[in-house]
Order: sequence, then C-alpha cells, then structure tokens
Amino acid sequence: MRFNVSRFSIFLGSIAALLSGWVMAAPATLPDNLEQRIKACTACHARQEGQDAFFPRIAGKPAGYLYNQLINFRDGRRQYPMMTYMVEHLPDAYLREIAEYFAEQHPTPPPAQPSNASAAVLARGKQLLQQGDSSKKIPACITCHGAQLAGVAPAIPGLLGLPRDYINAQFGAWKNGVRRAQAPDCMAQIAERLSNEDVGALSAWLGTQVASATTLPATSIALPLPMHCGSVPGSTAEVAP
Amino acid sequence: MKKAMIAVGLALIIAGSAKFLLWPDDDIGPPAPPSSLSQEHLVARGAYLSRAGDCMACHTTRGGVPYAGGRALQTPFGQVISPNITADRETGIGNWTADDFWRALHNGKSKDGRLLYPAFPYTNYTKVRREDSDALYAYFQSLPPHTQANLPHALRFPYNQQIALAAWRALYFKPAVYQPLAGQSMEWNRGAYLVQGLGHCSACHSSRTTLGGSNDGLSGGLIPVLGWYAPSLTSDAEAGLGDWETDHIVQLLKTGVSPRATVFGPMAEVVRLSLQHMDEPDVRAMAIYLKSLPGPAQPVKPAPRDNSEAALAQLTAGAKLYESHCASCHQADGKGLPPGYPPLAGNRALTTTSAVNAIRIVLNGGFAPGTAGNPRPYGMPPFGPVLDDREVAAVVTYLRASWGNDAPAVSALEVNKYRSVPLE
Repeated sequence: MRFNVSRFSIFLGSIAALLSGWVMAAPATLPDNLEQRIKACTACHARQEGQDAFFPRIAGKPAGYLYNQLINFRDGRRQYPMMTYMVEHLPDAYLREIAEYFAEQHPTPPPAQPSNASAAVLARGKQLLQQGDSSKKIPACITCHGAQLAGVAPAIPGLLGLPRDYINAQFGAWKNGVRRAQAPDCMAQIAERLSNEDVGALSAWLGTQVASATTLPATSIALPLPMHCGSVPGSTAEVAP
Repeated sequence: MKKAMIAVGLALIIAGSAKFLLWPDDDIGPPAPPSSLSQEHLVARGAYLSRAGDCMACHTTRGGVPYAGGRALQTPFGQVISPNITADRETGIGNWTADDFWRALHNGKSKDGRLLYPAFPYTNYTKVRREDSDALYAYFQSLPPHTQANLPHALRFPYNQQIALAAWRALYFKPAVYQPLAGQSMEWNRGAYLVQGLGHCSACHSSRTTLGGSNDGLSGGLIPVLGWYAPSLTSDAEAGLGDWETDHIVQLLKTGVSPRATVFGPMAEVVRLSLQHMDEPDVRAMAIYLKSLPGPAQPVKPAPRDNSEAALAQLTAGAKLYESHCASCHQADGKGLPPGYPPLAGNRALTTTSAVNAIRIVLNGGFAPGTAGNPRPYGMPPFGPVLDDREVAAVVTYLRASWGNDAPAVSALEVNKYRSVPLE
C-alpha cells in the first residue's frame, strides 16, 4: 500500500481514455430551459410515477393544486422530508412555474392495478366515488373531482392513475393530521368520516380504473361545493345541501 | 466553636467568589449615542440588521408567523426552543425596554435576569454596538404582536440547570463590543464586525468543545445533530477564500452560486434568509475580511494514496457511475457548467477531511437557494433512491480523487450513517 505515483497516474489516465468517447458528446453549454433546471423533480416523478407509492403521478394535474402542494411541503402542512428539502429554499414564482410545467405534461396514463378485493368492496368503493354516503355526510367524490375524476382547474386534483397505496397513505395522513391543506381543510373532514374499510374500498375501485389520455381537468365547477374548502378559489362557507 | 466560625467564613468566601465568578455583573456598555434617525428609519435599520443576524431562521417555525418563535434547535444537550420576539406583551417582548434588549443581546440574560442558552448566539451578538441593538429593538417592537406562548426547552440534566450555564459562561463568554482594529481599512473592520457579530458565522464554522464552547476561529466544524460539515473559512484546503476573487465571494454570498462553488445545506438557508438581503457593500466588506483571514500555519498533507486492488476497483466503479449519472451536468472533466452546475474539480466541499457534505449531496440532491440574483436555480436529483451505499461510496471516492482533487476514499459504512440523518 506504499504510495506509487506512476501506477496511480496510469490508472487515472486509463479511466480518462475510457471516458474520452463521451467527453466529445457532452454539451458545452447549459440548456436554459425549465426541463433542464428541474431534473431533480423528474428524476423521481417521471421514471417511477404511476408504480411507486412514494412518487405519485403529478403530470397533468391542475397547476393550482400542484402549486398548493409545493407550498404545503415547504410550510410543513405535508410531510415528506425529501420534498421539503427540495423546495424549502425556492421562491413562490419559481414553484408556480414548476407547477405549471407539470400541469402541461400528459404522458400515457398507467395501466389499471388489478385488485383482489371482493365484488362487494368494489361496489362500495364505486358507490362512495359516484354517490357518496349521505348517512355519513360524505359527498360523492365526483361532485368536486369531476365526473371523469380528472380534477377541476385550478386547484382540485384528478384521482385516476395514482397508486392504491399512495391513496391509502394520504387518507391515513389526513386522519392523523400529518397531511393538511389550507383551512378549512375539507378533505381532512371527509377523511375523518370515512372508515378504514371505506378508504380501502375506494382506493381499490380507483385502482381498477384507467385514466383517459385525452381527458383534461375540467375548467369550471358548479358552486357552491358540498364542503367549504380553503384551497379552492370561490369555495365559501355557503355549501351545497 | 472557633472551627465552626472558620467553616462558615470559608463557605461564605467560596459562595461569594462563586457568585463573583459565575454571576459577574452585567457589562452595561457605553450609553447609546442619541440616534439621529427618525423612528421610521430606525425601524428600517433594525429590519436590515435582523436580516444580517438571520434572526428569523431560528425565531420562526416552518410555515409559522415570522419571529413568533417555537422552532426547536437540536443540540447535543437536548432541544432549545426559540422564544416569541414579536411585540406581544404577554408572550413576546412587547414589555421589554431597549435596555432589556441590550442585556439579552450583549450580556446573554433575559429581562428577568435568567441566563440565556448560547444557542441564542450572544457570544457573537455581544459584539454588536448599542445603536444597532437599539435599531433591532425598535424593529422587533414594530412587529405585529402575536400571542404564542413560549415552549419550555427540552435539555437534559445537568444542562438544564442555571448553575451549569453560569459555569459555561465563566469558561466561554465575556461580553465585549467589537473594537475596530487600527491599521485595517474601514471596509475590513465593517466586514469583521458583521462576520464576528450579527453574522455569527462562527456558530457553525468553528469547532466546539464537548461542552459546546466555540473556538470562534472559523476553522471549520461538524454541525452537531444536523450532520453537515461547516468548512474552515481560513484554510485554503477547505472553504478558505484566500485565492478567490472578491467578486466571486460576493456573488456566492449574495446569490448562492458562483463560478467556484454553490451553497447547499444549512448555508442555503443563510443565503436565502439573510445574506441575499444585505447591501452589496456590506457583503463585499464581509468578503474582504474573510479573504484576509490567515490560513493554518502548516498545510495539511494529503494522505498517501491507497494503491491496493480493492481501492483501484472502487475508483473504476466510481468512474463508471460518474459517467452514467453525473457527467451530463458536471462534465467529464469535472469542470461543471457554472453557475448552474458547480465545478467538482477543485471544489473544496468535496475534499474536506470529513466527506459528509459530498455524501449527503449525492444522497439527497437539492437546489441552490432561489435568490433575487438566481431566482430559478438548477437542481440536482437525489441519488439516495437509486444508488446503494457501496455505489455512493464509489462515486464520492472518485470525485475526491479526480481532476487534481486529492482526498481519501469513503466507505459504504460512512455513507450508510447519513442515510438516516434527518433532512431538517
């Protein structure tokens, strides 16, 4: 293990020769576009999204929703240390630009997730999505998230193409107060009213649906909403019966 | 009887000298010169100085009301919870006088005389002049009162005892305002005043004793609990600025990026909340002072290269990983594409004795802070999810040994240690 200059230099030299092929191909100037600037985001959200519960699909979601989530991570209303670490020193205008970039992306939706839930469970899930459960004061998901469940611009997200485990985890986080939105936090109230069985049923049914590649988030929604949601512009204390 | 009297006398003498040694009287300091500023200008001056002191960073929780306190500062002795310094009379400092505020800043004591924990860096702030203290006071009094009760610290015994703190202060604290050094320029002295005082750079960039005493030498130190290494600002082998162009130092401090390096980790927060808001002449003064700091008398000798088969195999693996994951941004020659992507060749953040910073950046990636001078920073992906500990060790070892960099190898064990360190 004695210091051997020549051997080490030859070694590093041979590495350099090995790599010289792609030295020529490397870009000499830095592309000045957002895609290049946000490689840190797409490293996880492009490659794995749709399959991994930790990296949910964000492409094509309304820009206002995505922006709100970035702010929520930065301000501690959502908890995922790596996301907070990424965004905590970025200014609002840049976060909005990043949100708008992802809202414009429309990659092919992921395939359905096969479910081994019983027909009764899937039926309960479908019922919650399409009709809600008035006995538990749970509005139908489609009332706010759109008839196609593709979301409503600017601030209500689509629900299809998300991993089942991600949806389960979000409801768990709402129930525990770990995920929050601008007050009043309507989804936290809904999460509280849903039993664990309800959550399992609706995430199972959602997983069996495939998002349409051509359906964009709706551009408007009938007000008032069934709940007062602090993050949805136009939503007030006056709610639909 | 006589023996008893001697014993009582001795006890009194010991108690008296303990009182004198451990609870010395406050340094009242010179009386505040009458301020020529209008109240409005005084408040504006205080707002600026509060940026220079980065008061907000500690006195605000994530997403919380500015200066309302409540942030838990992690120390090796437990948690210190920052207090509310808004103008609320019950829970903030609304009923403090300018003298009370000076006492805290300069003497490290609360309004009620309680000794303050030096997580509040009064060992630095003691250097602040009275007129600047008064401006800060005016600013904090101008903040909208916000009622938020202070939470108790969560320090372990014996660190939660005032007597322990008194002993600590006897060892490590002497109140004294910064005295300009004759023979140095006004600019240099301004820089020294800001770096040593409000900037409290030594709070991170100095090593600490096991009792948490800082040597104040800016010779670098591992930030306890947070797990980042704040490099030496004096040694050119680390972040010493001796051979930097002053303009590049100013650019780094004011925008977060420069042709030589990019700030990251806790320093990104310092640039975002504090340095970017400071006037260019003040940042330049700090740069001039930092650049003038003498390096260590004896430069550190590089460790002899490990030429074993295993070491060379690790370097080859690192080179391959570099080619597939890093070179498209940092370039095959390690020169990067600054200021978007910093150079790795000659980048001291990579070659410090402790490889913690390089390891954590590879694991966690990140963005430079978004600043007025660099509002849309380029980001680096986190590689923790895609590379295992051995791979991270290989690529970091390669970075530390290439393009003229000359620092020892890193093991998978070292990498693993930083997988679980909290990110905030």
